[in-house]
Amino acid sequence: MTFLFCLFAALALIGGIGVVVCRNPVSAAFSMILSFLGLASLFIQLDAFLVGTLQVLVYAGAIMVLFLFIIMLLDVQEEEKRRFPLISFAGAGAVVTAFLVLVILVLNRGGTAGRSLPVVAPSESGQSDVHRIGELLFGTYWFPVQIVGVLLLAATVGVVVLSKKELK
Amino acid sequence: MDLTLNHFLFVSGALFAIGLAGVLVRRNLLVIFMCLELMLAAANLTLVAFSRFNLVDGQPAYDAHVLLFFIITVAAAEVAVGLAIIVALFRTKETTDVTKVNTMKY
Repeated sequence: MTFLFCLFAALALIGGIGVVVCRNPVSAAFSMILSFLGLASLFIQLDAFLVGTLQVLVYAGAIMVLFLFIIMLLDVQEEEKRRFPLISFAGAGAVVTAFLVLVILVLNRGGTAGRSLPVVAPSESGQSDVHRIGELLFGTYWFPVQIVGVLLLAATVGVVVLSKKELK
Repeated sequence: MDLTLNHFLFVSGALFAIGLAGVLVRRNLLVIFMCLELMLAAANLTLVAFSRFNLVDGQPAYDAHVLLFFIITVAAAEVAVGLAIIVALFRTKETTDVTKVNTMKY
């Protein structure tokens, strides 16, 4: 369990570093897919099977295909080496270090964060998590589902309008 | 060594920090957008970890999974609109380098 956690966490983090380090946008996109696959594995390790599957299908599948498509459509060139990188690199390093120190400080405060993975009780009548989430989605959360449907429609129309040659 | 909530929260925090570094350091608009998605996904990991470690009646809090479902949907819509804006920007400026996009309508 711990070994698998380390493996997938390393996959997610190395993929993330690849996105930042690769100067070729296509390599960055592929590192991103690697990172999302590691993240989906972590979700599945946390017994979130539906969410892990969605992460692979929607993020690693649909969204990254969209990114690659746009990269190739725009014929994006490799980023040339920056001549005076020091200021922005130092600034980014300072912000990231401060953030990580903050995270470690918060995590070291103890509380409930240090306890190990609790055991999930077997659900009654063997319902899967898909079943439970479906019941919640179309029961308690029926209204947000409608709103999200309208949002997707609005996004589709917005993208079509934005992609027109001349905005009028 | 048992897996604790700390492990997952730390991975999530580190991934968020990597995304933040990317947004600050990179100049290609598309890559900056990818790093933004990375930060969003890292925050999702925190949500799932908390839901798994705070059991309700011996089951994970499935409301978090529903919330995640919505987040992923909204992220997909956001990526579609954002990429359309980047394409529109590329049409007028012929570049995706954020340092070269320094004038408004002229």
